[in-house]
Amino acid sequence: MSKADNENLYRSRAIKNKIAMVLSCAATAFGLLWLVWILLTTIVNGFAALNLRLFTDMTPPPGSSGGLANAFYGSILMSGIGLLIGTPIGLMAGIWLAEFARNTKLGNAVRFINDILLSAPSIVLGLFVYTAVILPLSAVTNHQVGFSAIAGALALALLVIPVVVRTTDEMLQLQPSTMREAALALGVPQWKLTLQIVLRAAKAGVVTGILLALARITGETAPLLFTAFGNQFWSSDLLKPIASVPVVIFQYAMSPFDDWHSLAWAGALIMTMFVLVLSLSSRLLLLRNRAS
Amino acid sequence: MTDNTQYMSAVIPDAISESEKRAARDHRHDAWFRRTMLGAALLVLLLLASIAGSTLWGGALAFKTFGFEFLTSTEWDVVNGKFGALVPIYGTLVTSFLALLIAVPVSFGIAVFLTEVAPPWLRMPIASAVELLAGIPSIIYGMWGLFVFGPFMAQYMAPWINDNLGALPLIGPVFQGPPLGIGMLTAGIVLAIMIIPFITSVMTEVFRSVPIALKESAYALGGTTWEVVWDIVLPYTRSAVVGGVFLGLGRALGETMAVTFVLGNAHQFSASLMMPSSSIASVIANEFSEAYTDLHRSALIALGFLLFVVTFIVLAIARLMLSRLSRKEGL
Repeated sequence: MSKADNENLYRSRAIKNKIAMVLSCAATAFGLLWLVWILLTTIVNGFAALNLRLFTDMTPPPGSSGGLANAFYGSILMSGIGLLIGTPIGLMAGIWLAEFARNTKLGNAVRFINDILLSAPSIVLGLFVYTAVILPLSAVTNHQVGFSAIAGALALALLVIPVVVRTTDEMLQLQPSTMREAALALGVPQWKLTLQIVLRAAKAGVVTGILLALARITGETAPLLFTAFGNQFWSSDLLKPIASVPVVIFQYAMSPFDDWHSLAWAGALIMTMFVLVLSLSSRLLLLRNRAS
Repeated sequence: MTDNTQYMSAVIPDAISESEKRAARDHRHDAWFRRTMLGAALLVLLLLASIAGSTLWGGALAFKTFGFEFLTSTEWDVVNGKFGALVPIYGTLVTSFLALLIAVPVSFGIAVFLTEVAPPWLRMPIASAVELLAGIPSIIYGMWGLFVFGPFMAQYMAPWINDNLGALPLIGPVFQGPPLGIGMLTAGIVLAIMIIPFITSVMTEVFRSVPIALKESAYALGGTTWEVVWDIVLPYTRSAVVGGVFLGLGRALGETMAVTFVLGNAHQFSASLMMPSSSIASVIANEFSEAYTDLHRSALIALGFLLFVVTFIVLAIARLMLSRLSRKEGL
């Protein structure tokens, strides 16, 4: 190989490298562009529509102004019940995986299935609750109970479970085995060891998982469409349809009315900010815990 | 030894039987504890089985009525009770494929930037910003797509695409269409933005897991950054990278709200990416609460069953590919 060939090869490799690095920077800029664009749109449109009546007035009929009070209430109610149902189940399954089934076949199978449920389409969960809960309930009660707040909460609980299982499993496995051995050597029964020592040591991580689950269900629309359905009025009856912020946003954004559009943007801003603050703070909690 | 314990228990029988009782009680409690925890874990397995089972049961009427034609017919006629799912299936596949086409190279670029190019102080903030993108609720993507990005597409992108790409031979018709702003191309782009963070975070994580010695050897031999990434990092992490791509695909297939806003919910078959279409998830979201006949409802649940089966397979492949790398790490 002559000297000129060598130099050519060297130059072409350097140029190729430069192009690749520039493209990599461009890809990052491209990715961040969307984040800025979407957040700016939400903030600008949302702020223009923000006012106190959002929290005091009910969702209005077309052509008149109003608020989202009933939708906020419905969202909080259903997310709360969803967490109350989903968290204990997720915690227990996570404890079993981390404490009793580290390298067992059944444990790995549960982990595998849980990971799939974690990213399964949420609309299918809504269909599942519809066929497995609403249809039988409606048949038993002679069509008195159909779409209902409790069904919506159940659908949300199904979204909570895999998130909590995953983080609990991971966080408990991180705890040193010497701690478990020390407690067992003192004659502490295993249930006490797990609940009062290991779980307590992993508290920050487990709480992070629950917060992440809350962040996830706050913005979920698809599973609520045909479980909680929607309600134009204030309702706190668990067996009646209930409004929720994401579903109201969906209905109002798809409508041709300007009043409804601005209400949808206001709801979108509040929801997005809540979710982002929640996921940021849970990440900070985790980081601080890791550092200490 | 035995004599000794007998002697002991003779002296303090109460204490011994007390501690034995406690041991037995603890054992009993532990057994119950273990069983309860196991029950919760089995519930997770049961959940998956019952999702598949109940949607299959709910869709049985549609499957029985239309048979195999349910998958091959393009006719979706609510009034006459004719349901064929080809258009939504096609729409789902095309939009997801478009999303991957855009998201995979971009995610790869971001992952390379985060692991090889960016100075260390910049990595954390950019990685968090990309994660934020994953945290935005999908309905916000939908609204943004409908009110901001759709009109932007209609005004600026669509005319350009029509004039330039639409004139190409062979693939031209794919890019011809009215500048509606909503349609398969818009949906594909919005989906791509949504799955970029998922694919990026998997890629970044596995790129970091490559042994430093391996990379430094390549650098010491005079490799450029690009050569190290392409010839060392990528081959080492190949299976996990494919796993990450499949994870993104699984998300894209099942994404509902964002797509529902920007796809247009049209049941006409159309080859052009500029035309409105529908996806499995968007059809269910749009029509389910207004489905009054049993057959219509059953057809929608059958669609849900199909979606669940397909995403299950895709996500299972993703998990298997991802676990292959962690096994290699274990060695």
